[in-house]
Amino acid sequence: MSAALEREWRRFTPAERIGRFVVYFCVVAAVVASLRTVEVIPEFLYDAPEQIGDMLRRMWPVAWQHYPEGVHAPLVDSLHIATLGTVLAVLMAVPVAFLAAKNVTPQPALNYLAKLVLVAARSVNTLIWALFFVAVFGPGSLAGTLAIAFHSIGFTGKLLGEALEESNRGTIEALEASGAPWLSVALKGYWPQVRPAFWAIVLFRWDINVRESAVLGLVGAGGVGMALDTALNLFQWDRAAMILVAILAVVVAAEVATTQLRKRII
Amino acid sequence: MARTGSNRSAFPPDWWARGAWLLLLVYLLYAASHLELTPARFAAGLEHGARFLARLFPPDFRRWELLVKGMVESLQIAIVASALGTLLSLPLALLAARNLMPVWASWPARAVMVVCRSFHPVIVAILFVKAVGFGALAGILALTVASVGFLGKLMTEAIEEISLKQVEAVRATGAPFASVVTYAVVPQVFSRFVGFASYETDANLRNSTMIGIVGAGGIGGTLFAAFQRFDFDFVCAIVLTIIALIMAGEVLTVQVKKAFKA
Repeated sequence: MSAALEREWRRFTPAERIGRFVVYFCVVAAVVASLRTVEVIPEFLYDAPEQIGDMLRRMWPVAWQHYPEGVHAPLVDSLHIATLGTVLAVLMAVPVAFLAAKNVTPQPALNYLAKLVLVAARSVNTLIWALFFVAVFGPGSLAGTLAIAFHSIGFTGKLLGEALEESNRGTIEALEASGAPWLSVALKGYWPQVRPAFWAIVLFRWDINVRESAVLGLVGAGGVGMALDTALNLFQWDRAAMILVAILAVVVAAEVATTQLRKRII
Repeated sequence: MARTGSNRSAFPPDWWARGAWLLLLVYLLYAASHLELTPARFAAGLEHGARFLARLFPPDFRRWELLVKGMVESLQIAIVASALGTLLSLPLALLAARNLMPVWASWPARAVMVVCRSFHPVIVAILFVKAVGFGALAGILALTVASVGFLGKLMTEAIEEISLKQVEAVRATGAPFASVVTYAVVPQVFSRFVGFASYETDANLRNSTMIGIVGAGGIGGTLFAAFQRFDFDFVCAIVLTIIALIMAGEVLTVQVKKAFKA
């Protein structure tokens, strides 16, 4: 019998198997360690059904009549915050994305700096940014808009930078060969190539920001979250239910709108 | 007839696009005035901002025990919620996949995911704080719900994109449904699932630093309290730690994906 027939075939190399085993082991160890040490009070779980029942009873009937006077204006504010925040984020993210793209800026130091900015912006949650801006600008929509903008830089900048890196050299070289200044190269070389990706990223981020703008008010940064916070603090669960329904309607509408727009534009 | 050389523009103006940009500008001005975002307020804020920044630095790590306790709790919440979320999403995604399941099974599973996804984790956390009280449990449950919504959707899409040839081949041998799933479906989607799960763990880690603001456990509560007491140097220490932890998480995710070639 030849040696080839006796050879045992395996799907993965030993290195791959060891790598996978290490990952499995670490995951299981982390989950077990977390489960054993996390401070959960099981007694609280026993009366959870009762508490949920109580909550639902307090929420019903939903205070629909509260919508025109107390919910509509903050809800519109929330939408404005989301939109303005997205636009500001894009304005700030475009230069950073240009710096982060290796083919546009062939300077490793600048690439790393730009990527560090993007990761830092992303790591700080919108609500934490909002806390910062409330401390600086006082409570209100300005803080919320800036919080949305600064957090979104990370996401939009990263994706936009990746889109720039995937763009084709041909057009860019042609423009550079004709002696075009950098603005022309950016507008006529890169922009047409990244335009579909750009609109997809903006729409996707706007959709996320609509959701986020609804909770900003919990830390005082404007929008419908402030109305929700007031209702919760006063235990007006029927009003809270009204606000939750309104948020749900807006979120669903925003998702439908972005899906439709994406089909049209891209 | 084609226009001749000299007055032909290589880039003719697109008036529709220009009109759209103008409309956007008008909207921005309107929205800014509606929200009362005035330059005067901005300038006043910048002055505050300078003082605020001065108070942020140097970061104060003297109360590191509090900081470590909060961060560990955030980490625990993120890990447990990701594990629970992944375990729950697997069967749900299988149920929701239209290419493997009849409509009566996929429709309810999809509805569950949409409901889980529609609310921001912080709002879900508020509801769970009411249901199970303050603490890590509310945070775990809230992030689990968010994970099910997000992971479920991604996994369903991955399962719907698989090649059905392998499924057919395994079915043709008379294999029961469980074997079809294990030998025909899982090998095709496994590495993508690992990618999704590690991405979701990242997302949960970010969110677990925030849900403490509404009392659902983790570092967020400590951070919010420090803000309200104007302990800005401690705030700075907390935020720097959060950034470091999340960056470490991202590096780890890349390594995990490499191990599974996802």
